[in-house]
Amino acid sequence: MILVLLVCLPFAGSLAATILLRTDSRILAARMSGVVSFAALLLTAALYPAVRDGGKVRLDLEWLPQLGLNVTLRMDGFAWLFAMLITGIGCLVVLYARYYMSEEDPVPRFFSFLLAFMGSMLGIVLSGNIILLSVFWELTSIFSFLLISYWHNNAAARDGARMALTITGIGGFCLLAGLLVLGHIVGSYDLDVVLASGDQIKAHPLYLTALVLILMGALTKSAQVPFHFWLPNAMAAPTPVSAYLHSATMVKAGVFLLVRFWPALSGTYEWFMLVGIAGISTLILGAYFAMFQQDLKGLLAYSTISHLGLITTLLSLGSPVAAVAAIFHMMNHATFKASLFMAAGIIDHETGTRDMRRLSGLLKYLPITGTLAMVASAAMAGVPLLNGFISKEMFFAEAVETHADSVLDRILPYIAVLAGAFSVAYSLRFIHMVFFGPEPTDLPKPKPHEPPHWMRFPIEFLVLACLVVGIIPSLSIGPFLHSAVVSVLGDRTPEYSLAVWHGINTPLIMSVIALVGGVALYAVMKDYLAKCDDGPPLFRHLGGQRIFERVLVTVSWKWARWMESRLGTRNLQPQLRLIAAAGLLAGVLPLYIAGFAPTPLAFDGIDPIFAAVWCVGAFCALGAAYQAKYHRLAALVLLGGAGITTCITFVWLSAPDLAITQLVVEIVTTVLLLLGLRWLPKRSEKVDNSVTFSARSRRFRDFLLAISCGFGMFVFSYAIMKQPVPDAIASYFLEKAYTEGGGRNVVNVILVDFRGFDTLGEIAVLAIVALTVFALLRRFRPAPDSVDKPEQQRIQNAYDAERPERSAGDTVRDYLLVPSVIMQWMFPVIITFSIYLLLRGHDLPGGGFAAGITMAIAFLLQYLAGGVRWAEDRLRILPLRWMGIGLLMAALTGMGAWLFGYPFLTTYSQYIELPFIGKIPAATALLFDLGVFSLVVGATVLILIALAHQSIRTHRVRGLEATKAEET
Amino acid sequence: MELVLSIGIGIMTGSGVWLILRPRTYQVIIGLSLLSYAVNLFIFGVGGVKSNAAPLLGEGVDISTVTDPVPHALVLTAIVIGFATTALFLVVLLAARGLTGTDHVDGREQPK
Repeated sequence: MILVLLVCLPFAGSLAATILLRTDSRILAARMSGVVSFAALLLTAALYPAVRDGGKVRLDLEWLPQLGLNVTLRMDGFAWLFAMLITGIGCLVVLYARYYMSEEDPVPRFFSFLLAFMGSMLGIVLSGNIILLSVFWELTSIFSFLLISYWHNNAAARDGARMALTITGIGGFCLLAGLLVLGHIVGSYDLDVVLASGDQIKAHPLYLTALVLILMGALTKSAQVPFHFWLPNAMAAPTPVSAYLHSATMVKAGVFLLVRFWPALSGTYEWFMLVGIAGISTLILGAYFAMFQQDLKGLLAYSTISHLGLITTLLSLGSPVAAVAAIFHMMNHATFKASLFMAAGIIDHETGTRDMRRLSGLLKYLPITGTLAMVASAAMAGVPLLNGFISKEMFFAEAVETHADSVLDRILPYIAVLAGAFSVAYSLRFIHMVFFGPEPTDLPKPKPHEPPHWMRFPIEFLVLACLVVGIIPSLSIGPFLHSAVVSVLGDRTPEYSLAVWHGINTPLIMSVIALVGGVALYAVMKDYLAKCDDGPPLFRHLGGQRIFERVLVTVSWKWARWMESRLGTRNLQPQLRLIAAAGLLAGVLPLYIAGFAPTPLAFDGIDPIFAAVWCVGAFCALGAAYQAKYHRLAALVLLGGAGITTCITFVWLSAPDLAITQLVVEIVTTVLLLLGLRWLPKRSEKVDNSVTFSARSRRFRDFLLAISCGFGMFVFSYAIMKQPVPDAIASYFLEKAYTEGGGRNVVNVILVDFRGFDTLGEIAVLAIVALTVFALLRRFRPAPDSVDKPEQQRIQNAYDAERPERSAGDTVRDYLLVPSVIMQWMFPVIITFSIYLLLRGHDLPGGGFAAGITMAIAFLLQYLAGGVRWAEDRLRILPLRWMGIGLLMAALTGMGAWLFGYPFLTTYSQYIELPFIGKIPAATALLFDLGVFSLVVGATVLILIALAHQSIRTHRVRGLEATKAEET
Repeated sequence: MELVLSIGIGIMTGSGVWLILRPRTYQVIIGLSLLSYAVNLFIFGVGGVKSNAAPLLGEGVDISTVTDPVPHALVLTAIVIGFATTALFLVVLLAARGLTGTDHVDGREQPK
C-alpha cells in the first residue's frame, strides 16, 4: 500500500500545486512541493528493510486481468536505489528551484510539472507490469516536454521541447511495441515473469525484433548516438529541470531500462553489437563534443551524453561485474552532474551569462560555489578519492577484459582512455575558464556574489556525498549498492570490491594516462578553445539537429502536401462517389467470391394494389430525383409521396408501429424542408443551362453508379427476402415480452425495456442534434438575396396597399382562413390523441416516439395556422425544458431500479384500474416512455420553431443594407 | 410481394445515389431522405415479409405467426434519428448558403 501512496503522492502534490496557480505566493507552492518530495523520500527510505538482500515488495491491483494488464507495483533493491535517487535529488532540486525561479515566473505551474514528473519517474521505477511501465514512460516524455517549454515565449525552449518530445516519443512508441512483442514471447506482461524467462526470450525468433524496439526506446531516452542531439537542445529548460530531468533522472530511464531487462535480454552477440556500438560511439563523441562547447550547460549536456554512453557500454559487455559498475556509475554520475548543473545555474543567475568566452576569474566573487564546482568537476574527471574515480576504475578494468572477441572489444581500452582524457580536458576547462584567469570584463550583471545559503545547500550536500562515497565507498553506498545488484543479478552476483586502492594495476595506469593526457590536451588547446565558435570543428555544421529538422520538414510538410494534393480532395462529390462505389464493391465482392447466384424471379403472389402503390412510389422517387435541381417544391411533394408509399408498405406488411411513426415523421420532415426552401437561392432552368462535355461525362458516370447501386440493392434485398427467416433473437423477445416486460406490443417493449439503454442513447443523440441546430440558427445569417420577404407575401402586401379599405397584412392573415381555424380547433384534439398514443403504447401500437412527434405536430399546426408571430404571442413552449425533463426522467427511471437492487433500467410492470378509463398498464417502462415522449416533443419543436423563427428575425445583413441605402 | 418491394427499394436507392452525387445541397438532402427510406425498408425486409400477420401479442395468438419485432424496433428509432439528421443537415446547408453565398456542396461554384 505504501507503494501506491509513494506513486500517487507526487501526482496529488502536482494537482494541489495547480490549485495554487491563481495565488500570488511563490513560496507556498515551493514549500508544498518540498514537503511532498521529502515525504516521498521518507516513504522510500522506510521501505529499505523490506528490500534488503534481495527482498521484494509487491502489490497487485486488477485493471484488465483478461488482457494481462494489471497495476502491479514492485520494489526491489535496484528500484529502491533509483527511487531514493529520484526523491532525494527531487528534494534538493525543489529547494534549489525555490531560490532559482524568478518573481515573474508562474512558479506553481513549474512545481506542478516537476512533481508530476517525479510521480511518473517513480512509476517507471516501481512498475511491475511492462505495459504500465510504458505508460509511465510516456508520461515522463510529456512532462519533460512541458518542463523544457516552461518559458514558452522563448523560441529555443519551444523548439527544444518539441524535438525532445518527438525523439523520445518515437522511442516510447517503439518501446511499447517492443514490450508487446516481449509479452507475446513470454505470454505475460508481468515483469517478474519476463525476467525469469530470459532463455526463452533469447531463443525465440522474435528476440531481435523485441530487442531492437526496446533499444530504440532506451537509447532515445538516454540520448545515445545517433539520437543524442535532443539533449543539448533541451538545455533551454530552467536549470533545476536540467539538473533533475536531463542529468540525474529522466535520461537515466533509458539505462535503467537496460539494467532492468539485463537478465532477460543481455548476453547475446546482437545485444553486444547493438548496445556496444551505440554506447562506445556515444562515449567518445559526447566527450569530444563536450570539449568544444562554449555554453556551460551545453558542455554539461554533452558530458552527460558521454557518461550515459559509458554506462551503456558497460551494460553491453554482458558481464555481471560490468553491470555492477553501470549501476554504481549511474548513482555517481547523478550526484556530481546534478551538483554541477546547479552550480552552472548559480553562475548564470549571478552573472547573467553562460558563455565561457565571457566568464573568467569568478573564484574571487563566488569562492564557495567555485570550490564546490571544482570538487564536483574532479569527480566528473575521475580524480582519486572521489566517487567518479571508483566507477571509472571499474570501467577501465572491464574494458581491458575480453568479453566478445571482436574489433569493438579490442579497441575498447584505447577508446576508454581517450574518452577519459577528453573528460579530464573538459572538466578542467570548465573550472579553469570560469573560475580562474583575468577579471571578467563584459558580464551582463557586473557584480556577482554568492547566492543565499539554502540555494547552495543542495550542491554542498551532493558534493559531500561525492567525497564520502569516494573515500569510504564500502561503508557508505556499499550495502545499498549490494542489495540493488542482488535484485538485478540474483544468483549471478559477482565478487566485487569497492575499495579506493587496489594496488598498481592496469586500470590505475590507464587512469593516470587519462589524467595526464587530459591535462596536456587542455594545455595545448586552451587558446583555441577560449576563442573558437560553439561546437567541435568538422562537426559544427553537421549536427543531428539539422538532419532532424530537415527530415521533419520533409515528412510533415513536403510529403504531406504532396499526398494531400495527389490523394486528397476538398470537393464533396468525388468523396461521395468514392463512398458509393466502395459501398457497391463491398456489397458485390463478397457475394461474387462466395459464388452467389441470383434468386430466380417468381411472379406469383403479386398483389395488384400493392404493385400499384409501388408504381406511384417509384414514380415519386424518380420524379424527386429528376426535379430536385430546378423544382424544389415539386421534388419535396414527390419525396412526400415516396414517404407515404413507405408508410403504406409498413401498414401492408403488418408493422403498425412503424407506419404511425413514419406518418408523423413524414409530416414534420416535410414542414422542416418547406421552412428551409425559403432561404435557398432561386434557380431557373433558363439561366444556367450550359452543359460542357466534362459535366456530361460526369453525369453519365454518376448515372451508371446510381443504376448499379439500385440494381444491386434490388438483387440483394430480393434474395434476402426470399430466404426463410432464421430463428434468431426474435422468439426470445416474443416469449419474454409479456411475462417479463408486461407489454403486448413487443416493439415498444424492446424499445423501452429490453433495449432501453439503446433508446436512452438515441434520445440523447436527438437532444444533441436539436441543441446543435438551435446553436447554429442563433448565429444564422441568410444570403443577401433571400433576406427579402418571399414573393407571395410581397404580392399579397402589394394587393393590400392598393386598396384603401385594407391594411397591410390583411391578406396574409386571411389566407387559408377556414383551414387555419380548423387547425386551431384541432389543437386539443391532437394533444389528447398523442397522450392516448403514449399511454397505450405498451400494449397497442403507439409509444413515446410517435406520441412525441404527434404532440410536436399539434404545436406546429398552430404556427402554420396563425403564423409565427401569432403563435409566439400566444404559446410559450419551452422546448429546452421539455428536453431536459425528458432526458432526466428517462435516466432517473433507469436509476430507480438501483434503489431496489436491480441493474440499471430494470422495469417493473403492473396494471392499475383508473375510474372511467379502465385498466391501463403502469409499468415503470411507462415513465421511461414518458421521458422519451417529452424529449422527442422538445427536440422536434425546438428544431422546427427555431427554423420558423428565422423568418421574423431582423437579420444582420438587412441592417447593413439599410445603412447602405441611407448613405446613397 | 417481395419482388415489388425489392424493385421499389432498388429504385429508391438508385434515385438516392444519383441525387447525393449532384452538386446542389438541396439535391443531396432529398437524396439522403430517399436513401434512408430504401435502407429502412431493406432492414425491415430482412425480418421477413408477412402481410396480414399479427403484430401484437394476445390471447390465442401463436408466437410463430407474429411478425419479427426486432427489425421494427431498429427501423422505428432509425426513422426518428433520420429526421434529426435531416434537420441538422438542412440547417448546416442553410448556414453554409448564408456564409458562402452559394448552394453548391463545396461552398463555391466549380469552375466549368
